[in-house]
Formats: sequence, structure tokens, C-alpha cells
Amino acid sequence: MKQSTVALDVERIRKDFPILHQEVHGRPLVYLDSAATSQKPQVVLDALADYYGRDNANVHRGVHQLSERATEAYEGARTRIQRFLNAAHSREIVFVRGTTEGINLVAHTYGRRTVGPGDEVVITALEHHSNIVPWQMLCEEKGAALRVVPIDDAGEVDVEAYERLLGERTRLVAVAHVSNALGTIVPAKRMIEAAHRRGIAVLVDGAQAAPHLRVDVQDLDCDFYTFSGHKTYGPTGIGVLYGKSDLLEAMPPFQGGGDMIKSVSFEKTVYNDLPYKFEAGTPDIAGAIGLGAALEYLEGLGLDRVAAHEHALLVHGTERLSSLPGLRLVGTAREKASILSFLVDGVHAHDVGSILDREGIAVRTGHHCAMPVMTRFGIAATTRASLGVYNTREDIDALVEGLAKVREIFG
Amino acid sequence: MTSELRDLYQQVILDHNRKPRNFRTLANPSRAAEGYNPLCGDRLTVEIALEGDVIRDIGFQGSGCAISKASASMMTADLKSKTVTEAEEAFERFRAMLTENGPDAELGKLSVFAGVREFPSRIKCATLAWHTVHAALAGKAEPVTTE
Repeated sequence: MKQSTVALDVERIRKDFPILHQEVHGRPLVYLDSAATSQKPQVVLDALADYYGRDNANVHRGVHQLSERATEAYEGARTRIQRFLNAAHSREIVFVRGTTEGINLVAHTYGRRTVGPGDEVVITALEHHSNIVPWQMLCEEKGAALRVVPIDDAGEVDVEAYERLLGERTRLVAVAHVSNALGTIVPAKRMIEAAHRRGIAVLVDGAQAAPHLRVDVQDLDCDFYTFSGHKTYGPTGIGVLYGKSDLLEAMPPFQGGGDMIKSVSFEKTVYNDLPYKFEAGTPDIAGAIGLGAALEYLEGLGLDRVAAHEHALLVHGTERLSSLPGLRLVGTAREKASILSFLVDGVHAHDVGSILDREGIAVRTGHHCAMPVMTRFGIAATTRASLGVYNTREDIDALVEGLAKVREIFG
Repeated sequence: MTSELRDLYQQVILDHNRKPRNFRTLANPSRAAEGYNPLCGDRLTVEIALEGDVIRDIGFQGSGCAISKASASMMTADLKSKTVTEAEEAFERFRAMLTENGPDAELGKLSVFAGVREFPSRIKCATLAWHTVHAALAGKAEPVTTE
């Protein structure tokens, strides 16, 4: 914990992100859209260039030097991720394309084996579409029911209602660790404990948590945890699915192909060991190496310090935005990370976004792939400012000034 | 403020956003369609009362950004008493102004939307109502989307 007592040197961090040093529409870029995708530090760009420029070869195949180097770097990234999540074994770390694929993998394998007619899958009302639709598809296929835990006006999950929803027929719980539209930090550990008391497995969608909170899958005791590289300062196209090894062992493969087999004949195929059973075909080697570099960077900064820095910005942003007349924050949970979602009275989020863009400020506008959340609050869209390690109080202040421009135009 | 923003949010557009014209349902519409922009969630319905092939009355309902609301409002004002063929021609002209040609005097008041051309992500907002009218006139039952 000593590490967390020293504040982050954000000016130095900003130097690590080349993309931040540009003008947009003649104004210095203020990037407040890290929840959509984070920017990448130079070490990640270098890792990608070094891999392609020096080590590029297929993994787990060649006896030649380049293949050995590529394999070592790829497996090194897996070990790095194992440490990042505090997983017990590196074979519990499966490379996927992103959180969406991680969830779909579990729905197609564990879900199809476990969920049958009349069974139930439980999610919450604050999920991203990627943690809704795969379960809807599974339930439709199996004749099962999707049950949804309500959230309150602050955007907090009703944990008592959740515990009442868990029943004889519940086969799986899938829940976000942090809401992408509201910023709510979901009490995942408590929810996992409740599910486990009834023998129900839990998948945690960590897409919005991994960049902001220290994640410990053994402490959470979750059965599956998945996150995306590109929201965690790494490249697009790579993500991680963590699964407890006994569950992964028992699950059928997701896709068939090369690398996921031990032997193939036309009569019988013997599947490979974990994690390769779930990694058919040539993986995104560069992406995995880039993600490893990103997590090394993030751990170098110290996740506790990152969380403290972003929390201070969130508090500052909440105060400043709350003081603006006609502005309403959507998502006011007691425990929040990174997200400032808001409405400007009389002005649609898209108009807010266009005006802010001309001020050099990048925010997300719309339903944030969480249409049920919008429906819950009776709105069509919000403007969302989301924070990363490189954001400053000045970025928040620029946002507030940009919002004054919105008022100037719309009156 | 940048001149592009001033061109986008002209007073006439802001006025139609605040007080949209023909923002109502019709008693006996002969045509109707629903339009949806999945990118931003804007949703509107257009109802048309045809007399022969003349648009005798037209109204719209829904929610959206200033550009989509003002565009729907000004479109309804423009299309009233036009024939179906003239309406389709106006749609083509309007779309061409936003995506290719820029300001078009033939479009009259609708040419205030020429500034949208500088905001590629907003073109669909301006054309949503028009796509919906096009679908209504073609008698399409399924909601149209801008995608």
C-alpha cells in the first residue's frame, strides 16, 4: 500500500501517450472517451513494432528461432495477465478477441452444457448489450428464461432483489463489474458469494473494471472473468477470458481448428490441454504481446494509485458538473469508477457531442450499447465523459467550459 | 465559436428544434412509417394524408437531436401540397446537398442544412425524417433505419 501514498505524475504519464499531443479543430485534444477505448502508451506501440519488426513468426509450431521468440513473448504475455488478475494458473488465461468474445465463448460452451429448458440465467439491468444478447440467444435456443435484477435511481444493483431472484432453476449469473453507462461499481464479490451458496457459477464482465480497479479473481472467487485489451491501454482485437481450471477442463471447445488439438484423424480428434483447447487458429500474437506490455505499464504506475487518481478526478468532475444549471448526472452510485454520464436540459446528447468536438473535447454520446439502462431512466441518450490515467483536472475544466458553449448556442 | 458550428446551429434550426411545426398525429393518415437511427437512438414517425398524389397534410412525432427534429419540422412544412414525385425529388436534392453538392438554392429554406455537410456523423440525423417519408410513400411496413 506504500505505493499508493505517492500521487501519479500525470504530466509524465501524458508524455507516454503520443496521440494526446495533437490539436482537433484547432484546439488541444481533450480525450474523455476512454470507456469506449483507451489510448495506447508508447511502450505498447513499441511492443507491436518490435514483434512485427524482429520476432514475427507463428507460435507453438516452428522449431526455428523466430517462432521460439514469438512463442516466448506470447506466453510471457499470458503469464503477465495471470499475475494482473492474480489467477492461480496461467492455463486459466484464454486469449480471445475481446470481452464480447469472452462472454460468447462461455455462453456457447458452459452455457449450452449447463442451461436447459425451464432454467434461468440472471443478469442485471445495467449490463452492456454484450452481456445481454449472448444470454438471450442461449435462453431462446434452450427454452430458458433470462431474469433481470433491477437497479435503483442512483444506478445501484438491488442486491436483495438479486438474492431473491436466485432460485432452484438459476444456472448462471452474468454481471458487469463496472457499468459502462453509469459508472456503478457492482458489489461483485457479495453477489458471487450469494450465487455460490446455491452452487451457481458467475461470469463477471470486467471490460470497464480492469483499467480502473485492482482485480483479484481468487479473492472475488468468480468462475469467469473477461476484459478487453483496448480499454486497458492495449491494442484492439485482443482480450482475455479467465476461467477456473476445473470449469474450463469440463467445457467443450468453442471453435475447432489448428492449435486446439493434440491429434486429429477422421475418426477422432483429441483436444489440446488448457488454455489451447480454446485458442483455435493462429491467435492475435501481436495483440497479446501488446496487451502484456500495457498491463506491465499499468502495474508500473500502480493500480491503487491509478484508482486514487481517477477517483479524485471523478469527485472533481461530479462537483463541477453538478454545479451547472440544467445539468443532471445519470448514475450517482456511492461506489463509482471513471464515468460521468449526464443530460443537458433541453439539448440532445448528440448536439452536446458535436459542440464539444469542435472544442477539441472527445466524449461519447448515445445509448452506450446499454439501451435497457436508457429505458430504465426514461431517456434516449446521455453524454458520457470517461476518465483514464492521462486525464487531468484541466480536462474536466475544459469540459465544463465546453458545456458553457453548448448553453451559448442553445440558450 | 467556430464558423462551422454557427452554420450548423443557425437560428432557424434552433427555432424549429424548440418549436417543431406539424409535431402532431393526423386523424386519418393514408400513409405512415417509422424511422430509427440506431447509432443515436433517434426515433420518429411520419404520417401523411394523400389526396390523389398530393400531400395534403403531414405530421411527425418522436424524439431526437436538434438537427433531426428541425429537419423533420422543416421537411413537413416544405412537403405540404407537394406531389409524391416532387417530394421524392426534394429528398434526392436534400440528400445530394448533404453528401455531395453543398448549398442548393433550389431547396429554398431547406438549404440551411447545408452546414451539416461539415459534420459527417450528423448527416443521418438530418436525413432520418426524409428516409421515413420515403418509406411511408413507398408503403413500407417495417421501420426504416439510417444504416
